[in-house]
This record gives sequence, C-alpha cells and structure tokens, in this order.
Amino acid sequence: MYLTKEEEKILDGEYGEILRKCMNLLVSLGDIYGAERLIPIKSAQISGVSYKTIGDIGLEFLEDFSKENVKVKVHSTLNPAGMDLDIWRELGISEEFAKKQLRIIEAFKKMGVEIGCTCTPYLTGNLPKFGEHISWAESSAVSFANSVIGARTNREGGPSALASAIIGKTPYYGYHLDENRKANYVIELDIQLIKNIDKEESFYGALGYLVGKIVKNGVPYFENLYKLNPNNDDLKSLGAAMAASGGVALYHAKNLTAECKVKNVIDDKVEKITIGIDDIKESYEKLNTTNEEPDLICIGCPHCSLMEIKKIAEMLKDKKLKSDLWVCSSLHIKAIADRMGYTKIIKKAGGKIIKDTCMVVSPIEDLGYKVVATNSGKASVYLPSFCKSEVIFDDLKNIIGK
Amino acid sequence: MELKGRSISKGVVKGIAIVSNKPFSFLGGVDKEGNVIDKDSDIYGQSLKGKIFVFPYGKGSTVGSYVIYGLAKRGILKGIVNKECEPIVATGAILGGIPLVDKVDIEKIKTGDIIIVDGNRGVVKILNKE
Repeated sequence: MYLTKEEEKILDGEYGEILRKCMNLLVSLGDIYGAERLIPIKSAQISGVSYKTIGDIGLEFLEDFSKENVKVKVHSTLNPAGMDLDIWRELGISEEFAKKQLRIIEAFKKMGVEIGCTCTPYLTGNLPKFGEHISWAESSAVSFANSVIGARTNREGGPSALASAIIGKTPYYGYHLDENRKANYVIELDIQLIKNIDKEESFYGALGYLVGKIVKNGVPYFENLYKLNPNNDDLKSLGAAMAASGGVALYHAKNLTAECKVKNVIDDKVEKITIGIDDIKESYEKLNTTNEEPDLICIGCPHCSLMEIKKIAEMLKDKKLKSDLWVCSSLHIKAIADRMGYTKIIKKAGGKIIKDTCMVVSPIEDLGYKVVATNSGKASVYLPSFCKSEVIFDDLKNIIGK
Repeated sequence: MELKGRSISKGVVKGIAIVSNKPFSFLGGVDKEGNVIDKDSDIYGQSLKGKIFVFPYGKGSTVGSYVIYGLAKRGILKGIVNKECEPIVATGAILGGIPLVDKVDIEKIKTGDIIIVDGNRGVVKILNKE
C-alpha cells in the first residue's frame, strides 16, 4: 500500500505507540483487502461498547488505549452500551456490570468520542453527506449511511473504527470504491403482495430478514418498494434486518435511496428475485418462535425516532400494559420525548423509555425476561442467540395495541 | 527451511509451533489461560500457552479480536502464522503486539517445530528443518 511520508512516520512509531498500532491496523487491513492507499474520513461510529459483548478484555483494551491521551481526529460517536447510563439501578442491572460499563464509557470519553450511545447517530447529529467517506461500525447505521444517505463506508469492527477515528483515515477499498457499490440483485415485490399487505412497520423487518438471507453480503436493488411509500424509519428497519440476517452493508431502492437517483447503480450481471405473499408469511413464521404471552415488549432496534415514540405514546393513552415495556432510544430523542409528554404517557401505562442501550446488547436474560415481543426484524434475529429469548415479532398495533 | 509470506503484524518471535488445520474462532474457542475449548477443533484440549499458533484463518465474532489481545498481553500467545489472515485475527494480533505472518504454506509446519516468526520481513523460519 502507498503511504505518505507522514503516514510512514506514524507507522514507524514517531508519534507514539498508540498511533503506531492504529496505523499498523489500518495498513494491514488495507493490505488484506487490496487497498492502494488511505483516504481521509469525515466521521466515525464506534461499536464494541457494551460490557456484555466486549467483556473484561475489551474493557482492559480500551483503558490501555485511552491512557496515552490520544484523541480522535474526526467527529466520532458511540454505539449503544449495555445499560441506560443513568437509570441502570431501576432496570435491575448489577453494581458490578454497571461499574465496568461506566469505565468503558469513561475510556471513550477520554479519547474525545461523543458518548451519546446510539445505533442511530444520523438522527442525533452525526449526519454524513452524500458521497462522503466515513468509517462506521454498527451494521444498521452502516446500511443507512451507505444506502439512504449515499455516504461511503465499509462494515467496520469496533477496533478498526476506533483506529480510523484516531488517525482520521481509512483504507480505500470495498464500498469506498464506485465499482463495489453496484447492485447484484434486483428485488421485485409481487403485485399481489403490494396490494395485500396487512402489516405496517414490521413488514420492513420481515422483508429485510428475507432479502438478507437471499443476498447474504451482496447489494440488492429494490425495483418497486417505493410503491409502499416507506419513510425513513421503515428504511432504517429494512436495512437493519438485512444486515442482521445477511451481511448487507448497502442497498439501493428506486425513488428512495440517494445514489440511484443520480446514476446507474445496477451491475451488468444481476440476479432477479421476486418476493411474494407466501415468502413474507414464511418470514413471520421463522421470526416468531412462540405463542406465549410476552414478559417484555421491546421497541427501538435500531433506536426509536421521535415519530416512533409518538406513535407508541398515542397507542398507550389511558392504557395499562400487561407486560414490561422498554422503548429504546438515544439520550437526544428521549429529551424531546420528555418535553412532548410522551415519556409520561408511556410511564403511566407501565412502560419506560430507556436510553443508551437496547434489548440486544443489555443483559436482559439476567433480568429474568424469557419471552420478548418486538416489531424489529433485527432484534428478532439476535434475541434467541444473544439473550436466549423466545420471540414474538409483529406490528406495534398487535403487540401493544391488544 | 524458510517460508516466505506477508507481514501483517510487526515484531520477531521464536517459539514452539502448535498447528491446527481448521479455521479457528477465538470467541468461545479458547479460555483465558490459553486452553482450546472448542470441541470441533482438531487441537481441542491442548494449550496455546507459550506457543506460536499456526492455523489456516479465523472465523466467528469480531469480539475474537479482544480475546487475542488478552492472550497476547498476558504473554500466553507468542505469535501467529496463518494461511490467509482475516480482519478479526489481524486486529487482535496488531493490538496485542504479537507478530503475525500470513500467506504461508502452513502444511510445512508441524506441531512441536521450533519456528521464528519475523513479522517485519514477512518470513517464517523452521529451525529444526535446516
């Protein structure tokens, strides 16, 4: 890989051990993937934050790393943690877990990372522009940034996103290059399906789950999804589910996503796939693992926008829930929900708006929850293995509205 | 015998090789002391302690990078030789500061061989096969 003199100096350790390690990591990843050089990035989104996922070794690594007083060079935001950083006691999180989680957050803060702890940084101020190179981990955010916005990032891991944030650069390969951003699958929804959909927002999770399974880490192009008029929340849900069931980092959708509005994004060789009613039905059957009643309803994977919280609050007016309810969102969005009075309505019904975390990365299995209801395709993919939960997957209206 | 490969993580180390012929997942594949606990592994029950680990390539969760970091930092894992290194293992070795060379014909290396991994030059030397 070609390196500038300055980059060589960093690699030789002239600016200290941490920068040397970061540069070594970026250069080696670049070599593995055949990058010709490094390119500057505008922002980073760093994953590997929950103590539940990274454990003691991850904590140790981050504390070692932050000791040397290195700071991130670009706007860098943080993925969800394993708990609400403020009301963790109320959630039943143990002292030991909380202590270690807070040390992880402290290490990131020391490095200058914005400790917003959300998987939807694009809703809270880390909003890349069309065509910008960024280094993002968090698969659902990667999908949203690449697809809906048309920014450019590979699916980074926690350490590589952190190294990029510190160096301010990323190896130039994969989804940073035009030739890798073309669709190799065209997805068409059957006319009967479009006419007969009886689901609302959960449909996008079911569709994403299905398409992710088919295309794996390919790039799908949705030919007629726009006929259903999906909003940003729907596209966020679709991308998240495709990234969870497959490895989709980028999708295009006619009339909806950025890149296909300005250029041809379809490869010469594409596989055409038609999705029908039965396929979607099968998706729901696969994602639903039980007929039991839920002991926890979890909404907000990826984190809820204000509009989603508003919808929940409207459904819960003067209602009493039979199970616990977590509405997961960011600190930023919750602050507005508080002001709008949504938090109060949800609380009155027996639910909570929880910030900084979500059902996938918090230790809900240790809190005694066994059956979880959600409208998220992504959460439905991860809950059985990450949290040993049984899953009910459906629309909000069927989960909460009942 | 000298095997030419590619440098992934810098540094030079000499030690005894332990060889697995299967892709390896560090998360859930090895405990804190370096014992291989993955029952599907062909070196299940053996220890990586004080050894240079030779295996085709990594698989599994990205948290595996942190596991390698921990093993390296505690001096349990001395170095790695891969057939084809992938990002999870590369990340772990670089952060943990142990040499890693890949694109090496690992079939030439047997468990118990004394080898030198030269991560600066991208070379593996088998000393008992001179």
